[in-house]
Amino acid sequence: MSAVQSVTPFETVRTPDPASRPTKIHTANVKVTYGQKQALHGVSIDIAEKAVTAFIGPSGCGKSTFLRCINRMNDSIAGARVEGTIKLDDQNIYDPDLDVVELRARVGMVFQKPNPFPKSIFDNVAYGPRIHGLARSKADLEEIVVTSLQKASLFNEVKDRLAEPGTGLSGGQQQRLCIARAIAVSPEVILMDEPCSALDPIATAKVEELIDELRANFTIVIVTHSMQQAARVSQRTAFFHLGHLIEEGPTDHVFTNPLEQRTQDYITGRFG
Amino acid sequence: MGPLWLLALIAGLSFFGFVLGHWKSVVLSGKGRSTLAARPGYYGAYVLIWTALPALLILVALSIAKPLLVEHTVRANLPEQVLANPTQLSLEVSGVEQVAAGLKLASAEELENIRIGVVTARSVFARHGLPLGEDVKPYQLIAASALNLVADGLDTAVDIAVVAALAFGLIFAFVRIKPRLRARNLVENTILALLIGASSVAILTTIGIVLSLLFQALQFFSMVSPISFYFGTVWDPRFAAAGSSESGQFGFLPLFWGTIYISFFAMLVAVPIGLFSAVYMAEYATSRVRSVAKPLIEILAGIPTIVYGFFALTTVGPLVRDFVAVPLGLGNSGNNVITAGLVMGIMIIPYVSSLSDDIFTAVPRSLRDGSLALGATRSETMRQVILPAALPGVVGAVLLAMSRAIGETMIVVLAAGVAANASLNPFAEMTTITVKIVNQLTGDLEFTSPQTLVAFALGITLFVITLGLNVLALTIVRKYREQYE
Repeated sequence: MSAVQSVTPFETVRTPDPASRPTKIHTANVKVTYGQKQALHGVSIDIAEKAVTAFIGPSGCGKSTFLRCINRMNDSIAGARVEGTIKLDDQNIYDPDLDVVELRARVGMVFQKPNPFPKSIFDNVAYGPRIHGLARSKADLEEIVVTSLQKASLFNEVKDRLAEPGTGLSGGQQQRLCIARAIAVSPEVILMDEPCSALDPIATAKVEELIDELRANFTIVIVTHSMQQAARVSQRTAFFHLGHLIEEGPTDHVFTNPLEQRTQDYITGRFG
Repeated sequence: MGPLWLLALIAGLSFFGFVLGHWKSVVLSGKGRSTLAARPGYYGAYVLIWTALPALLILVALSIAKPLLVEHTVRANLPEQVLANPTQLSLEVSGVEQVAAGLKLASAEELENIRIGVVTARSVFARHGLPLGEDVKPYQLIAASALNLVADGLDTAVDIAVVAALAFGLIFAFVRIKPRLRARNLVENTILALLIGASSVAILTTIGIVLSLLFQALQFFSMVSPISFYFGTVWDPRFAAAGSSESGQFGFLPLFWGTIYISFFAMLVAVPIGLFSAVYMAEYATSRVRSVAKPLIEILAGIPTIVYGFFALTTVGPLVRDFVAVPLGLGNSGNNVITAGLVMGIMIIPYVSSLSDDIFTAVPRSLRDGSLALGATRSETMRQVILPAALPGVVGAVLLAMSRAIGETMIVVLAAGVAANASLNPFAEMTTITVKIVNQLTGDLEFTSPQTLVAFALGITLFVITLGLNVLALTIVRKYREQYE
């Protein structure tokens, strides 16, 4: 974490939020290198609390890499190096004193492909609370599991088969189970890495609806390849290209009136 | 021509056939190769197969038939009183074969001398470097010359048949080459037959082994009842003195107990160490450490078991005796169950660790990420996600290692001794099924007494035990595959 203040080769085009929300995550000049290859060239963005921020951009533009910096999932990749500042509520998450376990309890993550553990539906959701000792009794744990499943709009579909394996659910249900699993730890932020790319349109619609509901309680950052999805679920949109953050602003603004030529080209389908 | 010459001829002509077929197809197609049904190489292979395959089949078939025909000839020429004594028959046949070999060495003049009785055949053969144990009897000479006649005739027949097959195949296939000939089909079918043949060899061998075990074991069970064998608690076979009909006691249980007890200690060593090292290799080690350490662990699997055996005998055994058994007052033998278990456990560590490592690595990364992203530490992830997901596979690995331990012989002989003994004391001498099989089959034996036949009963019992374990392991491993898909 050096405080190198190199000059970025270009300025990100920013449009401030009309409804000013407090900042949950503040990042400045984040650079990521994998071995010799630089994946991010200094990204600075403030992510608003209790809103959905969408990261869009063509494949390999660095949006997933940036997302994985926020809960330090890049730590487990050999040869990955992260520079710059990432603050969650004014606390630097790359501070050596910070416990990464605690950070990940505050910043949950949902992955591209549903990855339920080969355990029962109940145990899948109870996994996080058990690890962090969130439940004082069995009844307590049950309550957490049920509430999380309800919040993930999955409870009604699975209430009779909580003991069955989570891997037996359909793809869309599995993804909502993963969201329930993330919610069960009561995180403040939920990161979603293309959560619908492996789902059919109906399942996608359900997950999108869910994301919209979750916004009331959580700060959500979602990486997506679908521009329609970004337009539907997010309040703010950030456009990445070749490891740079090109433009960020209110979603309707970015989609209807982009200030950058490249953003416009990408959104209108001219490349990407 | 000998079979080697024939093989060389087959190889040469086949190659020639390949070139010929290739050439003809190219010529036939002219410039527009698209008119051919297959590429020229297939036509070459077509002629090659037609040339080589029938000739090879004939060669193999006649080579198998030859010794049978020869023996038949010899028997047909032996006098009645020799044939009447079946126990001596195989000895007589080999005697005749030796005489026949001698007759081939002798010159025409010497043969004439033998025939009119001027010199003995034995002295002539001795001069040619073929000493015989006793004088050649007249009927042996007759049988031997008949043998030579038939053998030579057969050799010529083989030569002719093979050459004829070569010529026919070559010409037939060459003539048949036309642009629309489906040469590929023959090549594909031949390859298929080859592959099926290869798999059948393995399967048939297994069946053959089992059948021979079974046959001898049944013979044993006709002398000793299965109940007294499987439920007997005393192993005292009494070595069969020639002619004595006294048979000992063949109690299987002490051997079974020794096998189980020693394997138990081996697993006690191998499973934790193997598993922990697998966890380290799969989850914690950097790729550089892994690339060095993993082969080093696997070297353990390459050490011959006899080396483990004398390591146990000279190092581990005395250590266990002097520092554990004697102070505890539990025994004073360097040969004991603990030593065998320890050393055998070390031997099977790589089986457990290498297989488990593969199984851990096969658990999808997304499960690890999912757990880590929930704030689980690496060891929590290991214990609560990876291990449960991999458990069936790990159980399979452990069972495979166990069948390895049960079948181990050399280490047990040197480390635990040969005394059949059913005791709970792990510092006692004990032995296993495999060791007793070796014991019963070493030395000067006749394969009709229960003392030797018991080895086959033990063998088939052991086979059933390890087969059961393997089947169990495979079933579990197969089930595991479906776990997270």
